[in-house]
Amino acid sequence: MYDELLLTVLLTSVPLILAATGELVVERSGVLNLGVEGMMLMGAVAGFGVTSLSGSPYIGMLGGATAGALTAALFGFFVLGLATNQVATGLALTIFGTGLSGLIGAPLVGQAIDGLPVFIVPLLSDIPVLGVLFRLDLLAYLSIGLVAGTSFVLFRTRAGLVIRAVGDNATSAHALGYSVLKVRFYTVMFGGMMAGLSGAYLPLVLTPHWAEGMTAGRGWIALALVVFASWQPWRVVGGAVLFGGVTIMQLAGQARGWSVSPQFLSMLPYLATIIVLVAMSRGGRAERGAPAQLGRIFLPPR
Amino acid sequence: MMRLTPRPYVSPHQLLLVPVLSVLLSIILGGLIFAALGYNALDALYQFFVAPLSRPDQIGNLFVKACPLIIIGTGLVFCYRANIWNIGAEGQLIFGALGAGWVALYLPESWHFMMLPLMISGGMIAGASLAAVPAFLKTRFQTNEILVSLMLTYVAGLVIDWLVRGPWRDPMSFGFPLTPYYPDAALIGKLSLPVVGKLGQLHWGILIALCVSGLGWFILSRTLAGFKVRVAGDAPRAARFAGFSPNIVTFSVLLVSGALAGLAGMVEVSANMGQLQPQISFGYGFTAIIVAFLARLNPAAVILAALIVALSELGGDSAQIAMGIPKVVTGVFKGILLFMLLAGETITRYELSFDLRMTGGKMSRGDADV
Repeated sequence: MYDELLLTVLLTSVPLILAATGELVVERSGVLNLGVEGMMLMGAVAGFGVTSLSGSPYIGMLGGATAGALTAALFGFFVLGLATNQVATGLALTIFGTGLSGLIGAPLVGQAIDGLPVFIVPLLSDIPVLGVLFRLDLLAYLSIGLVAGTSFVLFRTRAGLVIRAVGDNATSAHALGYSVLKVRFYTVMFGGMMAGLSGAYLPLVLTPHWAEGMTAGRGWIALALVVFASWQPWRVVGGAVLFGGVTIMQLAGQARGWSVSPQFLSMLPYLATIIVLVAMSRGGRAERGAPAQLGRIFLPPR
Repeated sequence: MMRLTPRPYVSPHQLLLVPVLSVLLSIILGGLIFAALGYNALDALYQFFVAPLSRPDQIGNLFVKACPLIIIGTGLVFCYRANIWNIGAEGQLIFGALGAGWVALYLPESWHFMMLPLMISGGMIAGASLAAVPAFLKTRFQTNEILVSLMLTYVAGLVIDWLVRGPWRDPMSFGFPLTPYYPDAALIGKLSLPVVGKLGQLHWGILIALCVSGLGWFILSRTLAGFKVRVAGDAPRAARFAGFSPNIVTFSVLLVSGALAGLAGMVEVSANMGQLQPQISFGYGFTAIIVAFLARLNPAAVILAALIVALSELGGDSAQIAMGIPKVVTGVFKGILLFMLLAGETITRYELSFDLRMTGGKMSRGDADV
């Protein structure tokens, strides 16, 4: 019973971890990409479609990541190349991604695929309750690896220092000779790849089908998680597991026959997001750990 | 590499050209997408943009689709002008429909002569109260209004689902999630025009929409309140020096846009459905974002912008019926349109030049200290 609950919490949190970690890096470089939902949907439809065509969920995973990165490149072209408003461009990306994924996925509705297989770590998986942690799919393990990698790169390497410099003081980074727009383009692509993987996780692990708009707001919750994590990668994991816990309260509620209407239980993740945002938004921008240049347009001076 | 240089002066006809070119480019790109999907591009474009206008009743239906977009779009113009990003109009619309629906379903018969004014007030108050949440959190805690207003949209969708399946369900509905029909006094009737008579489903809610847009234009461009909104968005520092409170502007624009989205919800249900059901809006709250941008954030232009976007919605239906193209293609078109509009914005504000020397980052960086 408990290990099943824990497993559901973990599985719900994986896509949030992936998408939020990607967006965290994007925001660290000073760009706000509100199109996570659109990129996730593109990743989901590509992940499903490629798996269905190739028969291999691993190739499907790569397909999802590629689709996410390509969608993000579109965002990067507009926001960095054409210096468009980041908020509006992000919304455009979500609208576009939602529509295009629906269009591509229309012939896929009703099909089913074999998702990612589960890897069982011998011995460790026999631990009561916590053994669940060792009975997950590749992408779930990978998500933790990616968080560790992101944290390492951001805070322990030169590349990470450059990313943070670009996000906190683009003018100085430019004066030092770093190409602000190029760095930002790379982080945007990375964010798209992560969102694509996150989207692909839905049809590859959670439900073996494709449905229009199947992300159901997870992309937006991932955006809120970045604020919750105050732009620190490891805190994303904690936040995502917390949200996974809130989400499955509705399952637990239904199973135990609580007398609360299911609609109210379904509201919990969204309400929790608002509460978390309020709790994290006391104090100034800097105190919260937000990158100083977040959402600001940078034009390289001639 | 591409390079952007800010223009010192933008000519007015360039400002007009941008929306026109954006629409044309989106149509061309839309055609390319149809072709890529294996449809005859010209046939598809005909179904999309011409076929819906070929019958007079369809022109009435075009205005029916545009009606909520005009009302919501006008409200969003106020928000976006003030640099406040309300993207939860969909939820505010749902709440407005609930506020109005509560009046319609429970108002005693002796009060029926006041039905529609009370429903309008109920709808606007309910819509504004949902928008008041991000307004309060933004002004009190600096919470991001984008995420809060969007999260509340999901919540509103669940609230209406709960009401029509639970407390408000018609006991005679055979288990369908529907409320009882509204009394006649609560319905918005069809509009009968001089000469042509009734046009499709055209109802007199469109008159409300036209008034809203006109009033919005007047307030934004001809009153002090509108001036404060524009200054708060264009030059926040100047607004502070002038003593305009940013919090009051934030609150007002969110309440106005919430109230208008609520009004749109009231009109939508009273004119087209006559009862509440789990789905009452087809993404009007999100589509209105594009309308606001296509209108270049000018309330008077919202009418034309709403008609163009509504045409793409109707076209989506007609292309689906005639050629089996999935309806979601409308979403693709809307996304492309918004991208094109944003790109157009750049071209009016900056001069674009192309640097054909394929210099790496290093060499062009040397230019920085000139």
